[in-house]
Amino acid sequence: MSQVSRRTVLGATAGTLAGLAVAGSSALGAGLARATSSDSHRPPSTGLRPFDEVYRGRRIKGTPTTDDGGHHDPHAGHEGHSGHGGHAGHGGQAHDFGYRVTVDGEELHVMRNADGTWISVVNHYETYPEPRALARAAVVELQGAALVPLALA
Amino acid sequence: MTVRKNQAHLTRAEKRRFVDALLELKSSGRYDEFVDVHNGFIMGDTDHGERVGHRSPSFLPWHRRFLIDFERRLQEVDPSVALPYWDWTVDRTPTASLWAADFLGGTGRVGDGKVMDGAFAETSGSWSITIRVDQRPFLRRALGAGRRELPTRAEVDAVLAMPVYDAPPWNSASSGFRNNLEGWRGADLHNRVHVWVGGQMTTGVSPNDPVFWLHHAFVDKLWADWQARHPRSSYLPVERTRNVVALNDTMRPWNDVTPADMLDHTPYYTYDA
Repeated sequence: MSQVSRRTVLGATAGTLAGLAVAGSSALGAGLARATSSDSHRPPSTGLRPFDEVYRGRRIKGTPTTDDGGHHDPHAGHEGHSGHGGHAGHGGQAHDFGYRVTVDGEELHVMRNADGTWISVVNHYETYPEPRALARAAVVELQGAALVPLALA
Repeated sequence: MTVRKNQAHLTRAEKRRFVDALLELKSSGRYDEFVDVHNGFIMGDTDHGERVGHRSPSFLPWHRRFLIDFERRLQEVDPSVALPYWDWTVDRTPTASLWAADFLGGTGRVGDGKVMDGAFAETSGSWSITIRVDQRPFLRRALGAGRRELPTRAEVDAVLAMPVYDAPPWNSASSGFRNNLEGWRGADLHNRVHVWVGGQMTTGVSPNDPVFWLHHAFVDKLWADWQARHPRSSYLPVERTRNVVALNDTMRPWNDVTPADMLDHTPYYTYDA
């Protein structure tokens, strides 16, 4: 396949889960249902400011998805009704950590750690103090390559 | 009986059969299913939400079961094959035999990180990266290009000396053996090895690099070594805990296996040492 969209990944994951789960599809359904029921609260405010810059030829942007008033960013909010657990993402982050990062317009899947540091799906095993450093690290790692879109319908 | 051996001690024939089995799983499409499952959990496991495969107590039993599944798939191709392990405290340079062309191939070239030798190089035509987070379809590495060295034996021993398996809040902020082995705190063992290898190994689709299995087989062995050193310590938490897999809870995606089922590896395989 030339691109792996979120939907493609979801389909392949479901197939694999069915293959791996000895108990079969009913157990799979129960597992996914459980995954979607947890953690459905509003993302915490990170207190971080937005950024928008060109770094090594790539446009990196960071945007808070919540503010002190608790209003959702229309592009990143409403994650609570479904899609938690990482297997059923829908047009954005599987989890909203209060901040959204893009590289040349494609969303970089990011995650906030309990100590406030950040990781991304590109640099998953090394923590960064804040999202701009994380985005810059992703640019270095990508060496000019485009991210696979996570948010395709 | 499956015996998992140190990769440095494999014969030429054992390496060949292991590599051939990997290539067969890849061509059948079954290999990529494992990459996909891993990435799903990487993106789904969070410190304050449900967490199963990573940053949680079940990091070790989850990966034990994941490797058992993978090893069984390999053995369907070639029953003589077992997962080897990579002791990165000993074989700690890019010149180790692990990275030779007759086994996993070496580091990536300057510029794009592309691996240029061995069976998993793009030029072999047998190892395209299809489950990926960016558009590059070739295996990449940057062995040792980062700032930090691989963990030392002394660093491993200091973590093995920790008597408590895991602790609240049962995530990347925890004290205890599991989180220090996983690497979110302390000297950083498991995570740092992913970073040292570079390329896909630093990403959520890290099983795209076959060294993933050898790295995790050693992490799994360190769990067994820890159990031997602390026979009175056990998996925690035992009591039901929100968002966390307790001792007798089932783990996704299998839903029929608990951490308790995974504490003893010897029904499945043994180690050479």
